[in-house]
Amino acid sequence: MAIQKVCGIETEYGILLRGSGDSNPIAASSVLINAYVADLQRKVDWDFEDESPGNDARGFAREGSMPPEVETHLVNAVLTNGARYYVDHAHPEYSTPECADPKQLVAYDKAGERILARSIEAAARTLPQGQGIVILKNNSDRKGNSYGTHENYLMDRAVPFARIVQHVMPHFVTRQIYTGAGKVGSEAPSTGGVEVPFQLTQRADFFEEEVGLETTLKRPIVNTRDEPHADAQKYRRLHVIVGDANLSEVATFLKVGVTALVLAMIEDDWFRDRDFTLTAPVQAIRRVSYDMTLRQPLELAAGGSMTALEMQWELFDLGRKYAEDRGLACLGREESGAEVLRRWESVLTGLETEPEALADQLDWVAKYRLIDGYRVRHGLSWRDPKLAAMDLQYHDVRPEKSLFAKLDMERLVTDAEVERAVTEPPPDTRAYFRGRCLQRWSSAIAAANWDSLVFDLGSDPLRRVPMMEPLRGTASMVDTLFEGCSSPAELLERLGS
Amino acid sequence: MAEREQKKKQSTTREEEVVEETPEKSEKGEKLKAELDELLDEIDEVLEDNAEEFVRNYVQKGGQ
Repeated sequence: MAIQKVCGIETEYGILLRGSGDSNPIAASSVLINAYVADLQRKVDWDFEDESPGNDARGFAREGSMPPEVETHLVNAVLTNGARYYVDHAHPEYSTPECADPKQLVAYDKAGERILARSIEAAARTLPQGQGIVILKNNSDRKGNSYGTHENYLMDRAVPFARIVQHVMPHFVTRQIYTGAGKVGSEAPSTGGVEVPFQLTQRADFFEEEVGLETTLKRPIVNTRDEPHADAQKYRRLHVIVGDANLSEVATFLKVGVTALVLAMIEDDWFRDRDFTLTAPVQAIRRVSYDMTLRQPLELAAGGSMTALEMQWELFDLGRKYAEDRGLACLGREESGAEVLRRWESVLTGLETEPEALADQLDWVAKYRLIDGYRVRHGLSWRDPKLAAMDLQYHDVRPEKSLFAKLDMERLVTDAEVERAVTEPPPDTRAYFRGRCLQRWSSAIAAANWDSLVFDLGSDPLRRVPMMEPLRGTASMVDTLFEGCSSPAELLERLGS
Repeated sequence: MAEREQKKKQSTTREEEVVEETPEKSEKGEKLKAELDELLDEIDEVLEDNAEEFVRNYVQKGGQ
């Protein structure tokens, strides 16, 4: 049976310091995060001991292919909701805590937007008069520089990586029709002579390889980083770099929920002899993104062709049969699995019949409708900088400047749930243990990592508590333990570490 | 503000239920169009003052 699809999203936000001669993004990101953390809690340092981003899932180590990440001097905090908030590659990055349910992940992803917006306010109190920080939750500066929104999914180590690549690749190429955050124009060196006034995704322009380890150059559709942050004998963490930063809750929910379902089907070998392998996935990913009509055929390796929409319908049919046969317990709460199927079907139906009516559900449709409406009303060309500015401003995290916030988009989580996710950890993964320990005893925690906490009790040597099982340390497992402990020393004694 | 938006949404849903016999397709399209017109009327107040400069100055170092 497929294992529980524990999942998370890491978002590198775009950052601009205004009112200053030069905008140093690393310095500005540090100011931003420090200001937030100083407002909230004592900073807890992140521990890099178990990080090994150079390991390759295909089984070979590529020594020296990636520079060592010398970033320990940069700001790096762990929040009480179990998230990590830090400076990465000249961007502020928020990594959600591990979630056991796609809807829960929507709340933690939206909580990230609030944390960034509050960081801007906190930083404004420390910056000189006339300076201010702008943060965009998008993936490109419109000048060919891209930064990522990465998803992570827990998988069974026993599944052959080649099988994952085979079946997830066509999904990544075709899911763009509902995961795209939309973009005015193209940043690809060449669009092959195709006019691209508007495309479905932020990221398609930047993918050049099918499979690989890189994340900043020659980006691959399937990334092979093998760094499970969990028991490496049992688990794999599939690191997905091909997605867009979504503002829409429905888009985030489908991006994560459907992908988790596809991965569960791969784990259970549900595809059997069904093979949707594309002849040219890199060309196909752009072809899909550039095609607002959703009618472009994609050539299949087995012969014939299919549109992205047709392929998503095929995957949906497989998914529905899988759900009937195996259930969807691996997607978290029962109602979440059912909702993934229901919304997947409804969005595919909408895309088929009247895509514009999905303007309250999907980012690319909402953005296109708004920008195209403005363009028509004012008689502008698609190259007008005003439209490019609107494209950027759609993603502004400041509620008063965000164009997304002006739209009446469908909600899947309540404001109260998002607010709770800003400070409280999810109850059903190890993030709960991390978050609760930080809430209660942050001054005794010397370092935190995804898979361990290190306590400094003063006199003793540092004590490491390993957390190699993502589904241990949950509320039901540790609440009683916490209740009986009045100090971190007592907690460690009871844990027997 | 989000609260207000949610209330607005709920009331719209109610209206939709009342006129069930109208094909949903055109109705939703009409509703979205009316909302868009309203939004476009007021959006200039929110847009960055100098679009060209905003777009030009927004330069990022590459990320992942």
